[in-house]
Amino acid sequence: MEVPILKQGEVLIATFQAALSDADLNHLRSGLVHQVVKFRSRAVIVDVTAMDVLDSFASRTLREIAHMIRLRGAETVIVGIQPEVAFAMVQLGLTLEDVATALDLEEGLVYLNKKFKTLK
Amino acid sequence: MPAGEIRVAINSDQDIVLARQKGRAMAAELGFSAGDATLIATAISELARNIVSYARKGEIALKGIQGSNRPGMLVVASDNGPGIPDISQALRDGFSTSGSLGLGLPGVRRLMDEFEITSLPGRGTTVRVKKWRL
Repeated sequence: MEVPILKQGEVLIATFQAALSDADLNHLRSGLVHQVVKFRSRAVIVDVTAMDVLDSFASRTLREIAHMIRLRGAETVIVGIQPEVAFAMVQLGLTLEDVATALDLEEGLVYLNKKFKTLK
Repeated sequence: MPAGEIRVAINSDQDIVLARQKGRAMAAELGFSAGDATLIATAISELARNIVSYARKGEIALKGIQGSNRPGMLVVASDNGPGIPDISQALRDGFSTSGSLGLGLPGVRRLMDEFEITSLPGRGTTVRVKKWRL
């Protein structure tokens, strides 16, 4: 399953679908990092609004994406974690503690605009 | 009481997605809230992933059950894989042997109401978990 990655100025926006397999997530991880390099992006927003489950693998992949992108000098924000998904994640002990999160796409962009005053 | 048991063969990461989708659908059918259906689906995802990571193949069985005063759902994850040599270690948070975040079993136990595991080295592992409807 392909994850659409939208380029908006210096920001890449990846929108996760509900039924992503582990292989899809791995594919996305490398795809996103390559695109950050290709477009010299300064930030990535990963929108997980449609994900009905974020289990240990998905959670670990999100962290890896954020860490890899940070090593590239760019910033990642995870947006749209649903309340019941957040509850299940905490029960599983998955807190994504060192990864930036925001309520939704709009809040994610607000966060990035504050962080990079010169974001185009 | 909705129709009987659903069995999902687990052979690949695609089947993990299928199992949790079927689990969520059954939970909804049994009248669980969206929140509880998410907890059940997440537990199924972890159990199915354990099968793929440690035993390569196995099965997830889903079933509506009736408790003494409320309905519930039973999830049984079984495989004929290598088994877990030290179950008490596997039930401790942070334990991992496959480079993942761990077996996820302590997490699964927290997500569900009842948790039971039997494992024989060389013979396989069966995890039975139940969630009761509020």
